[in-house]
Amino acid sequence: MAVDFEPKIVGFLCNWCSYAGADMAGTSRLTYPPNIRIIRVPCSGRVDPLIIVKSFQQGADGVLIAGCHPGDCHYTEGNYYARRRFAMLAPFLDYLGIERGRFRVEWVSAAEGKRFSQVVTSFTDQVTNLGRRER
Amino acid sequence: MAKIGVFLCYCGTNIGGVVNIPEVAEAARNMPQVVFVQENKYTCSEPGQMEIRRAIEENNLDRVIIGCCSPRMHEKTYRKAVAAAGLNPYLLEIANLREHCSWVHGGDREAATAKAIELVRMAVAKAARHEKLFPKEVPVTKRALVIGGGVAGIQAALDIANSGYEVVIVEREPTIGGRMAQLDKTFPTLDCSACILTPKMVDVAQHPNIRLMTCAEVKHIKGFVGNFEIEILQRAKKVDETVCTGCGQCMAKCLVRTPSEFDLGMRNRSAIYIPFPQAIPLKAIIDIEHCGHFQYLRGKEECDDLEDCNICQQTCPPQAIRYDQEDEVITERFGAILVATGFKTFDHAVYGEFGGGRYPDVITSLQLERLMSASGPSGGEILRPSDKMHPKTVVFVSCVGSRDDSVNRSYCSKICCMYMAKQSIMLKEHDPDVQSYIFYIDIRAGGKDFDEFAQRAQDEYGVLYLRGRISKIIQEGKKLIVYGEDSLMGRPVRIFADLVVLATGVEPNAGAPELAQTLNISYDTHNFFVEAHPKLRPVETQSDGIFLAGCAVGPRDVPESVAHGSAAAAKVAALFSQDTLTTDPMVSEVDPMKCVGCLICAEVCPFKAIEPQVLRDGRVVASVNESLCKGCGLCVATCRSGAVNLKGFTLQQLLAEVNTLWQ
Repeated sequence: MAVDFEPKIVGFLCNWCSYAGADMAGTSRLTYPPNIRIIRVPCSGRVDPLIIVKSFQQGADGVLIAGCHPGDCHYTEGNYYARRRFAMLAPFLDYLGIERGRFRVEWVSAAEGKRFSQVVTSFTDQVTNLGRRER
Repeated sequence: MAKIGVFLCYCGTNIGGVVNIPEVAEAARNMPQVVFVQENKYTCSEPGQMEIRRAIEENNLDRVIIGCCSPRMHEKTYRKAVAAAGLNPYLLEIANLREHCSWVHGGDREAATAKAIELVRMAVAKAARHEKLFPKEVPVTKRALVIGGGVAGIQAALDIANSGYEVVIVEREPTIGGRMAQLDKTFPTLDCSACILTPKMVDVAQHPNIRLMTCAEVKHIKGFVGNFEIEILQRAKKVDETVCTGCGQCMAKCLVRTPSEFDLGMRNRSAIYIPFPQAIPLKAIIDIEHCGHFQYLRGKEECDDLEDCNICQQTCPPQAIRYDQEDEVITERFGAILVATGFKTFDHAVYGEFGGGRYPDVITSLQLERLMSASGPSGGEILRPSDKMHPKTVVFVSCVGSRDDSVNRSYCSKICCMYMAKQSIMLKEHDPDVQSYIFYIDIRAGGKDFDEFAQRAQDEYGVLYLRGRISKIIQEGKKLIVYGEDSLMGRPVRIFADLVVLATGVEPNAGAPELAQTLNISYDTHNFFVEAHPKLRPVETQSDGIFLAGCAVGPRDVPESVAHGSAAAAKVAALFSQDTLTTDPMVSEVDPMKCVGCLICAEVCPFKAIEPQVLRDGRVVASVNESLCKGCGLCVATCRSGAVNLKGFTLQQLLAEVNTLWQ
């Protein structure tokens, strides 16, 4: 594993909680590794598994999904569907030869800037430790 | 080919101090379809916005990227600016270079600049696939439905009606008035509850803009803000309301006696009844379950010796009894819904240590209100239920079903501390020989004149406050022995009481979660409805056009419920002041050529916005009601045939963003 490896990470954040949480991290001037590229989606339930697989195909070393905490979804129940959908996706990623540690689903509220920076930091570390993805 | 303009904002030094903007601009010039790049000190300022307008007009731009702060901050501002230049406002895309880049990567300018370039490239890729979107205008039905006729619902209905709009109140019980009608006095001013409430009830009955439906419930809802179509179940009262004069002769003659719901079982009522003398509407209704006539109809097949009864029909002077009246479902259109379904008190039977409901002289605070009320079972004389004796030693137990995780009621019911103080004062007023004891955890008397009031109970009325919980109540002879703890003195206490009053907590009325599911609004773990924002939108829900008031949202006292009723009414009036509403165009759309009609999308849709549509060739496909759709995109990720797409966040756009990464 190369020590100077900089992982490529995509983050899909729901507009109402996690994207706002990431904004909050910025407003609070918290820091996290610059590896993540954030894509705004209306709801974690909008994220199609296809897009996640495509992200890996495109060269991502890790994919992070973040949505509202269970019960707090702006659309009432979108994050529940997301949770189930990604629980189903995880074994499929195994099948594709993508380690589970490269994919993470987290709940981050609009007020949790600190938590967002912690999540990104720990996920970046985790993916860095996993190393470059074999292709 | 799109003509994309990229505007990069320094935001003073907020972005420019970290991200090398000229480098980003240079990179942007080489991005596909980008024909114009401009750097700005403050893009959101008036001159900055003018620059955008001028650039769009001079260069014929048809897509605009702004690399600046979060879209949650200024997306609306820039949409207006873009629209002012004659461009469709939805052809704008924002790259978040501040909150998601410069502010979090201040220590690594090189990486921040590299990231900024990628963020801009992603925005360019997405914007190239933007399409013109047009908000729709829908008309507003200027009629409001108020669910629940307690004090919050009454206040809201009166305010909306006084603003000149039609209101229908749907009340489940036979009368409006709610819990406040059951109270004797109100804290901290000791106003007579009936004296201040009943005039409002009469106003409701007489208001030309208000129609009252009692014994009615909301069954089904279709539509969206401004255009709800609501099915209301009107239960048969078996009495013709237009004929009944409320004279009460039927009640006097009726042979049946059954516990009165209004008096909480402290007195009996007849099977044909008016709940209380000031009820609105003042019309009798028949309780089908207990009425002799209906018992005869139900039982005559199996049992021969039942006798039919139609005394009320024979007695009624204006001939108002209609035994053949049936339940009815009425469908009406409304523009807004106001939910004020109120509360009930916690059922203390789960507490075995308080007798589990077995001791007749362990009563709830609401039952004590009825005992104190001049229109109550004993005409205002306080007589304990078991032997009609005047109680001299009264023990109050606070937090029964409040602040107790063991019964899943972690919250404070807020009103109990104050009504215990009120009731102990009133007991002394009724009978100077009464000694009250109040077992409490904390005295929560936050409110105008509240703490003074609770203090007065101790100083002027000699009420003894004991900090501690009750461990057990035992009936011994005519006395109730209350075992508790005085935690300030650090010793156990035993009180021989004549009457124990449990300060039962507030919980949402029965059926609250079902109603929430019908209306598609959220409710919390305790079944209280959830506001759109606890601080800034306290009377709105996440569903547009549905508003909340009163104790259905959380424990509240009378003035707060009234204030929230008025607040919700103001929101309804503001909605009705517009003739049309614009809807957000970033909604789902179905490609009927790809749709196989499985309608799984309709199943997952939280807003019931997807309905089957039959095409001319007979195929059934999904169809999105754009006014109902909130644009969450659940259906898009659910669709197996890729027939659904979300405007503004299409699959192609998201894939374009992904595909442009790390090039």
